Amino acid sequence: MVEPLGWDSAALESLLSHTLSLATDAQAEAIFTERSAALTRFANSRIHQNVAERDATLRIRLVRDMRTGVASTNRLDDEGLREVVERASATLALATPNPNGAPLAAPSPSTADPGLGFVAATARADPELRAVGARAVIAAGDAGHLEASGAFSTETATLAVANSRGMRNTHSVTQAKLLTVMMDGDGGSGYAQATGPDIRAIDPAAVGEEAADKASRSHDAVDLEPGEYPVILEEYAVATILEYLSWMGFSALAVEEGRSFMDLGQQIMGPNVSIWDDGLDPLGLPTAIDYEGVPKQRVDLISDGVARAVVHDTATAARAGVASTGHGLPAPNAFGPMAWNLFMSPGSSAKEVMLSGIERGVWVTRLHYVNIVHAKRGILTGMTKDGTFLIEDGRISRPIRNLRFTQSIPEAFSTIEAIGSETRLVAAEYSGINARVPALRLAKFAFTGATGAEAQD
Amino acid sequence: MQELIDLALDVAHSAGAGYADMRIVERTTESLTVKNGDLAEARSHRSAGFGVRVLLDGAWGFAGSSRMERAEVERTAREAVAIARASGLATREPIVLDDSPPAVAVYHTPYREDPFGVPLDEKLRLLFEADAVMGKVAGVTLRTSSMEFGRERKTFASTEGARIEQEIVDSGAGIEAMAFNEHEVQRRSYPQSAGGQHVTGGFEAIRDLHLADNAHRIAEEAVALLDAPQCPSGQMTLIVDSPQLALQVHESCGHPIELDRVLGMEASFAGTSFLTLDKLDQLQYGSEIVNMEADATAPGGLGTFGFDDEGVAAQKVPIVTAGRLVGYLTSRETAPIIGRRSMGSSRASGWNVIPLIRMTNVNLRPGEAGTLDDLIADTADGLFVSTNHSWSIDDRRLNFQFGTEIGWLIRNGRLTQMVKNPTYTGITPRFWGSCDAICGLSEWTLWGVPNCGKGEPMQTHGVGHGAAPARFRGVEVGVGRW
Repeated sequence: MVEPLGWDSAALESLLSHTLSLATDAQAEAIFTERSAALTRFANSRIHQNVAERDATLRIRLVRDMRTGVASTNRLDDEGLREVVERASATLALATPNPNGAPLAAPSPSTADPGLGFVAATARADPELRAVGARAVIAAGDAGHLEASGAFSTETATLAVANSRGMRNTHSVTQAKLLTVMMDGDGGSGYAQATGPDIRAIDPAAVGEEAADKASRSHDAVDLEPGEYPVILEEYAVATILEYLSWMGFSALAVEEGRSFMDLGQQIMGPNVSIWDDGLDPLGLPTAIDYEGVPKQRVDLISDGVARAVVHDTATAARAGVASTGHGLPAPNAFGPMAWNLFMSPGSSAKEVMLSGIERGVWVTRLHYVNIVHAKRGILTGMTKDGTFLIEDGRISRPIRNLRFTQSIPEAFSTIEAIGSETRLVAAEYSGINARVPALRLAKFAFTGATGAEAQD
Repeated sequence: MQELIDLALDVAHSAGAGYADMRIVERTTESLTVKNGDLAEARSHRSAGFGVRVLLDGAWGFAGSSRMERAEVERTAREAVAIARASGLATREPIVLDDSPPAVAVYHTPYREDPFGVPLDEKLRLLFEADAVMGKVAGVTLRTSSMEFGRERKTFASTEGARIEQEIVDSGAGIEAMAFNEHEVQRRSYPQSAGGQHVTGGFEAIRDLHLADNAHRIAEEAVALLDAPQCPSGQMTLIVDSPQLALQVHESCGHPIELDRVLGMEASFAGTSFLTLDKLDQLQYGSEIVNMEADATAPGGLGTFGFDDEGVAAQKVPIVTAGRLVGYLTSRETAPIIGRRSMGSSRASGWNVIPLIRMTNVNLRPGEAGTLDDLIADTADGLFVSTNHSWSIDDRRLNFQFGTEIGWLIRNGRLTQMVKNPTYTGITPRFWGSCDAICGLSEWTLWGVPNCGKGEPMQTHGVGHGAAPARFRGVEVGVGRW
């Protein structure tokens, strides 16, 4: 296990109170974050990187006369605390007033179960456990003559926020994540991921077998002419799309600044689409509070295809005359609030049944290197990866080489013909966003480019 | 400090490590953002800690901690060894490092004006000045001006006897104007997007940007783009400006020449590379006027340093010569696999993570096409695109698509109609193979890319790319349905 640095609740309270007491002539907020994390990484069917880290950081925000100064440090002894408060004070003294700045959040005790999202078995995971898990994945690849790559990570994180208005909230969570890419050395590849607060719920052999199955079925892929096709997006692909919807438009600041596709009150997707954010749902990766200490609220972002609401932090909430929904990043910041814990409502179809009736279409396992082409129109581009198949006459007929798509997501999500009955929790590759989503069948999806066999050689 | 270094290396060695190194790093940063006339953000951060990396029976282990105390150093070194032992549960051939000689040296980024010594009000004055100029242009809905500074002090020591002290200082700034209406949103940035220009160097680099002098132009362009026609679709001659071409180099050359990617070590995250080992010295990567090099010694580059984080001295090595692939970015672990010694590109983004192969300054050398005006004048019909807006490339770095903030049609050697939402797409070697003109040294800039992501856990690092505007024939532009 990666032992935490030793900040129990009493020590933490003492640290936060002492820090606030050093700020004598301004309102103050202290954000404490502690992270103990380990990651065992494998490639070419061997562990090639294996790391652990532990760190704790204190960020102090001073506010006076609409002026703000912020400083942070990971030196948490008396001298370090004095220094960080002095640094924030020096900035505050020279800062210009910002009438649109973020006020300190009013005290609002979290009512979440303190154990929400925290599993001791994950916190206790040691490098042997991760290595054994990696070995099980590798074994699944060996059985299919596939090279396995991936990462098995465990993490314990604590967030505590205190301010001079009386805010005091803290929450600790754990996360375990195992992902793998299997490759056959000839262009065939498969992917699988499992994640959650509880490492005991992850079955490494099953993760390996899922990816190995995809990789072995991806062998001898052929080219498909780009164009608009009916498509089945598996959960991994849908989760990535929701991640980018969040980046593009689920925040109140994005709407304020005119760059969001969220036309509030309007039908922007099909009536079978409902998407929400819920940091307290144990079926996700829960986080009870945000970086301003505000307890998380469920926000129904899109209901029955209608853009209903966006997430707020204290700054956007103050400007809009509403309450923060608990989605703030450390304030002040130019980025705005963020929807991290996304959910999409399931339907009633089994994935295999979704194939029925598709004369010629594309099955997409996951998406790679997605980026925003036009946020206001919700246009994304990216590649398919690790399991792209041609659908012919209602069945998967053959693997195809990866395709580039360039597609407005609100438009695409207005053509959803079937929604999977099962949902899957998927963690984004690096953003921290997670989404529990079903698979989707769309009437059309624009594939705008192919790499072609000759370019692969 | 020496006591803690000796302790870590002794503990690792005594516990069985055949090799160990320790990095002690302190990084201080300052960030300032002015938005629509308000000081939106003014913050500073300090992070310090150490990492111990060990090789035990040919398998890696690493542990890092922010608590710089004797007991914690000892615990962390033991943890690194325990992790390496666990790595041995799923290993193949033992990892062998190259024979790079251990260095004892000191390096400091050269600068004239310490950015941390410049008063805050002077920095804010420059940002508010640029903001005010943008604010005078009717129709601009969002103005952002920002600066970022960093200072990293680090010590590297190894059981081989290396002992290196470095201080790397970086500075960056940029401005951005946005305009939106009911159906459209447009942005213009200066001198490039993603926070502007970033260099290793001091505040003199910020003054040289002349932010306010360029603020009116980008603000007017952002507003004009709202009513500009959509970029046409089809195959066209394309001229790419210097900062966008720098990102093109980054994505389509910088990443695929990382030898760890080539060897499959990044397959589960960012992917692999089409530049497989059989392509070295064989593949015609681009046209004969395309020459690229990785240069960690280039003054001011964000990938400029004295020594990498394995203690290997900064070097300048050819990557593409007359269009042919001749080199990779390597580390002490990967270089011997191709029979070479590390060229010094293994870097860690902080004390808490391991060094990975990272781009240094992967530069496209200037050509002989003169100025940008000369190049446009030499082009009968085409599209000129400027300033990156979006980027995407496949896992082998072949199939790319870029969007830029602005474009202009070229007719009879002149820029004519401004167009919005330009995009272009292609296949890497075909694209570089279609390059028939590169502007000269007077148009060449070494751009900083401060946000390059790689690895698990993800590391974000600064890298550099020098480029001058260049022309490409038969490129597919205007991708997708608008």
